[in-house]
Amino acid sequence: MRKYASVKNSKLHPSPYFKQKQNIGYLFNMLKAVILIGGPQKGTRFRPLSFEVPKPLFPVAGVPMLQHHIESCAKVPNMKEILLIGFYQPNEELTRFLFNAQQEFKISIRYLQEYAALGTGGGIYHFRDQIISGGPEAFFVLNADVCSAFPLAEMLSFQKEHGEPNSFVILGTTANRKQSLNYGCIVENEETNEVLHYVEKPSTFVSDIINCGIYLFNPDIFQHIGTVFQKNQQEMLLEETTNGWHRAEAIRLEQDIFTALAGQGKLYVFKTLHFWSQIKSAGSAIYASRLYLNQYHKTHPERLATNKEGGPKISGNVYIHPTANIDPTAVLGPNVSIGTGVTIGAGVRVRESIILHGATLQDHCCVLNSIVGWDSTIGKWARVEGTPSDPNPNDPYAKIDSETLFREGKLTPSITILGCNVTIPREVIILNSIVLPHKDLNRSFKNQIIL
Amino acid sequence: MKALILVGGYGTRLRPLTLSVPKPLVDFCNKPILLHQVEALVKAGVNHVVLAVSYMSELLEREMRVQEQRLGIRISLSHEKEPLGTAGPLALARELLDVDNEPFFVLNSDVICDFPFQDLLQFHRNHGKEGTIVVTRVEEPSKYGVVVFEAESGRIHRFVEKPQVFVSNKINAGMYIFNPSMLGRIQLRPTSIEKEIFPVMAEEGQLYAMELQGFWMDIGQPKDFLTGMCMYLQSLRQHAPDRLRTGPGFLGNVLVDPTAQIGENCTIGPNVTIGAGVVVEDGVRIKRCTVLKAARVRSHSWLESCIVGWSSSVGQWVRMENVTVLGEDVIVHDELYLNGANVLPHKSISESVPEPRIIM
Repeated sequence: MRKYASVKNSKLHPSPYFKQKQNIGYLFNMLKAVILIGGPQKGTRFRPLSFEVPKPLFPVAGVPMLQHHIESCAKVPNMKEILLIGFYQPNEELTRFLFNAQQEFKISIRYLQEYAALGTGGGIYHFRDQIISGGPEAFFVLNADVCSAFPLAEMLSFQKEHGEPNSFVILGTTANRKQSLNYGCIVENEETNEVLHYVEKPSTFVSDIINCGIYLFNPDIFQHIGTVFQKNQQEMLLEETTNGWHRAEAIRLEQDIFTALAGQGKLYVFKTLHFWSQIKSAGSAIYASRLYLNQYHKTHPERLATNKEGGPKISGNVYIHPTANIDPTAVLGPNVSIGTGVTIGAGVRVRESIILHGATLQDHCCVLNSIVGWDSTIGKWARVEGTPSDPNPNDPYAKIDSETLFREGKLTPSITILGCNVTIPREVIILNSIVLPHKDLNRSFKNQIIL
Repeated sequence: MKALILVGGYGTRLRPLTLSVPKPLVDFCNKPILLHQVEALVKAGVNHVVLAVSYMSELLEREMRVQEQRLGIRISLSHEKEPLGTAGPLALARELLDVDNEPFFVLNSDVICDFPFQDLLQFHRNHGKEGTIVVTRVEEPSKYGVVVFEAESGRIHRFVEKPQVFVSNKINAGMYIFNPSMLGRIQLRPTSIEKEIFPVMAEEGQLYAMELQGFWMDIGQPKDFLTGMCMYLQSLRQHAPDRLRTGPGFLGNVLVDPTAQIGENCTIGPNVTIGAGVVVEDGVRIKRCTVLKAARVRSHSWLESCIVGWSSSVGQWVRMENVTVLGEDVIVHDELYLNGANVLPHKSISESVPEPRIIM
């Protein structure tokens, strides 16, 4: 059973936006992109959704998370290859996704599997030969778990205009003071945009410019990583224990490389005003969906559902897969994604939610701020409701909270998540709860994790 | 014959409903509480009802004029200006009650049951003593005052307040019949009938107990109001089943006023009362609720164990449960969840109430 939307159903429409950026890309002869996709030990905050599908393939605004990255990379002229680096074992979903993506975007897309978790720097260092083969002038590195407008062409022109020919660029954005402590903080020279200082998740305020996890490098970066690698190896010989981060090859771009490169005239920050968000928890997937669905007005208007004769009532931005079966009396949106083969009965209300493939929502039920897992069933008149964890709409720089599951011993009210194949009986309420896969519930639940 | 109904004061336990309407006029199964009692009294031969109130309500007075005409009886209001307890009001109404040397009924206005006034009169005449009280059987007698009486004759021996060990499972059901001579026992001051008058009468062998058959409930608070409604509807099923609504979309005992409109694909019941002029839109599920006059329940909503106040509006895809009570003219916006919310009149609710609380 397919667990993600078919890539084939998306189409690239040339838009005026796209054509303008094309010209700038020709400044570079050959480019590559590396997407860091992590592995199963990472992304535990995405459970129970990550039990069924690797997090980078989780559908956001109707298509796998990674597809948004790949679409943006493929748009950049002279982009020759996209490399995915991670430590997932080869699996059916990933393989199928890659195959379809290559067909769709007509670009080489390969998965390079790390033998262990090597960190954001260690992975690209380990596969440096693959990255520089063919002689790319520069390459992007993107974290899979970010949601962004991916202003890659703008980063390219920025790089040509700032610093030495081989300077590196970090994409940055503004956060509010309090939340900046959760991210990598960048102190910049406001005239030259050079990164003067970099601290990852400081305990006191450093700067409100934060690291978006999207970088533009050139092959010179490997010298710098190599230096750190050698240094680590020296230290390893002195130390006796080896675990996790203590591997010599495990290198973190942020703590180990950026911090050292800051103030050396090599690292620059390009600040973007476009939307950006991390996708760490299930709640942030709904927020990210909202951002991407909104972007579809410009980039993929065909992915947005409209009010049609005989169709459901659409409010705001809604994605509906063509194979979904929806009663005309249903009311969907805003910010709703409906996956393949979903059945939605009469008088159903869905708002701010993601309904994954094969799910069935029976008559008159109400789904708010929730993720309904693959093949789950929601009974008649049932209410499945979560609490949104959106950033404060009055603060333009507020970011989604990296929620802790528990606060003061109680489950923090958050998005309700139903894992795959969960059955919710009729007429009950499931509020602020997380239900693990293959569970048949028989009553209402509130503020609970149901194993 | 005469009857005295102890209406009392503000009916605070049945707020927010009693903020709009005096308690005797709150509709219970589509008829004012008071009218259930008065009609039963009239059937037993009562032609003069005295309402003992401690708070004067123009609304009540006006409604009583209407009922006087309709039933062809006399209804007086006896207004206690200072608290007189449970016996004092009898003394206050003495002149109205002590007429013709006939026994008179007394009842507590919160009581609902299959009113046994004719049987009570008969039973009282048979034993010939001064007073008879109706008792009913309860599961948890230690929450109340219990009555200890001889099973054969009904002669009451004594009363025990909240007994620690099992003594009896019969409690005072709040309905009595007395000979006018009994009024001589009560002074015009705050007096408790249970604590001061009854024990003396029992001692003298002048007080008897008649066991009530069938259901009984004190509907003075919302939770019990709904339980009483279930009992009453069940009794209707037994005695007057054609009054109940049946057919596709109706489960169990459901009472629907003829002027109410019910939409398509609804499932109503069991244990639902729908008042006059109520509109229930399509796809609504209602269980164990009272929906008062002119209220509107919009489509796809789900209600269980609620009271929806007069002219209120419940939005689409709303879920209400756990003795949520909406006062008069309350608006609940779409897609909300109300759990045990007690909402005062004329309020507009635009946020969910996930845990029980009062919305002022």
